[in-house]
Amino acid sequence: MLSLSGASYQGVFRNPLVDPYLLGVAAGAGLGATLVFTLNRTGSSTWIIDPLPLSAFVGGLLAVFVTYVVGTAFGGQKSASTLVLAGVAVTALATAVQTFVLQRHTDVVRQVYSWILGRLSSATWGDVRLVLPYVIVSSTVLFLHRRLLDIMRVGDDEATALGASVNRVRIVVVIAATLGTSAVVAVSGLIGFVGIIVPHAVRLLAGASYRVIVPLSLLMGASFLIIADIPGRVLQNPSETPIGVVTAFLGAPFFLLLLRTKQGTR
Amino acid sequence: MTSLQFSEVGVRYGRHDALSNFTDTVKPGEWLCLIGPNGAGKSSLLRSVAGLAKHSGEIRVDGSPLRMRSSKRRAQLVAYVPQSPVLPDDMTAREYVVLGRNPFISHFGSETKHDWSIVDDVLKRLDLTDFSHRAVGTLSGGEKQRVVIARAIAQEAPILLLDEPTSALDIGHQQQALELVDQLRQEHGLTVVSAMHDLTLAGLYSDRLCLLHQGYRVVSGTAAEVLRQETLAEFYGVSARVHHAEDGTVVVIPYRQGSSGN
Repeated sequence: MLSLSGASYQGVFRNPLVDPYLLGVAAGAGLGATLVFTLNRTGSSTWIIDPLPLSAFVGGLLAVFVTYVVGTAFGGQKSASTLVLAGVAVTALATAVQTFVLQRHTDVVRQVYSWILGRLSSATWGDVRLVLPYVIVSSTVLFLHRRLLDIMRVGDDEATALGASVNRVRIVVVIAATLGTSAVVAVSGLIGFVGIIVPHAVRLLAGASYRVIVPLSLLMGASFLIIADIPGRVLQNPSETPIGVVTAFLGAPFFLLLLRTKQGTR
Repeated sequence: MTSLQFSEVGVRYGRHDALSNFTDTVKPGEWLCLIGPNGAGKSSLLRSVAGLAKHSGEIRVDGSPLRMRSSKRRAQLVAYVPQSPVLPDDMTAREYVVLGRNPFISHFGSETKHDWSIVDDVLKRLDLTDFSHRAVGTLSGGEKQRVVIARAIAQEAPILLLDEPTSALDIGHQQQALELVDQLRQEHGLTVVSAMHDLTLAGLYSDRLCLLHQGYRVVSGTAAEVLRQETLAEFYGVSARVHHAEDGTVVVIPYRQGSSGN
């Protein structure tokens, strides 16, 4: 799901460097979820919908909105690095607030901390049931937009001239991708870089059309996570290395490599 | 064939009027070429037809106002080739050309066999079949230009707008691209409106020239009527001689003030 969202974000922002993690969505969602952990976790059973994915969604949407506004206000739409920088700033802010909230509620620190790093072992089928509706809605919407994501690649003007409603597509895709990201983050924690490694790997293997990238990202993302989970479980047996650590370990160098090649082609 | 009428069309960016009070009728099957110095409003006029610039006044296609149309319907009527098109480097030519079919595909639909057969047909007609699975980033300037024109043709719109279609091309490819447009115009009965900087080429290929200056329409007519030494000096500030060749071609030759040697 993270990979799928990552691919979609890259499409609508026409920027190969964005992923849910870097845009601040994940951090925003994390903040939203943390607030629920600290304030509301006890009373959640009385809610009809579990507030965790919901608040994560609101947090994530807020974060991507701020990132986008800040990023475009200073850099114009064409600048790749300003958007990433804005995402970093939003992430830092959200993380800072999260830390502050946690400090005030030391009783849940352990719980939240292990959640932040991301783990699959403590995920249960109950969690799957919890996020499934969000994931299905989000994936369906993104799947339906994959042809339009191809059109977005020629730029706003030409896409409009081709009869596409550029702004509507962008808003719908961002909301859908954020919904998916937030739901997943709410359950499995912040697993970084999956959203950027996987779509690019798919691109290298299968070409650049979003028709192919969107479905393959979903599949490869899932496979990648399972594979990344293996060292996570083996390295420190019997305790578990959080999967977020593993993916970040692989993802950070990959990201730098990508940044380098992108500058090289300019 | 389709006509295009402008009545008192204006385009304004902020407080700056890019185009004022433009009234003209492009006849069905006609090739109108907009000329004028940089910033004269040529691009603004084309962008207003393509639905990319808000405009005042009215633009009509075959008598019915364009502004009433949805963006899809408009794209079925008007194909637009921008001055510097964005070509995603890693997209194949075939994937790129099929984007032109968007106006005929429902929001969540996908391309039908019919769409792909039109794309393959257009690629074949433009001698691009060999490139259809090449990434557009690897094509040369002339090939890229043909791919962009192919996308516009795949749109099957009766009106074709070209913004500086040849500015990035060498003289041979310029001629090739314009010949291609003219040939497609004849075959499909397209109505063409283009903006061009090369006055000789503009006169050579279009039926009619229209000179714009600072957003206003100055004069319109055949190459011989519009391309006159005094007119060019006044609106372009250029020292150029206009030579009328025996076959009727109007050639604009710039010269240097000190070395005219007449």
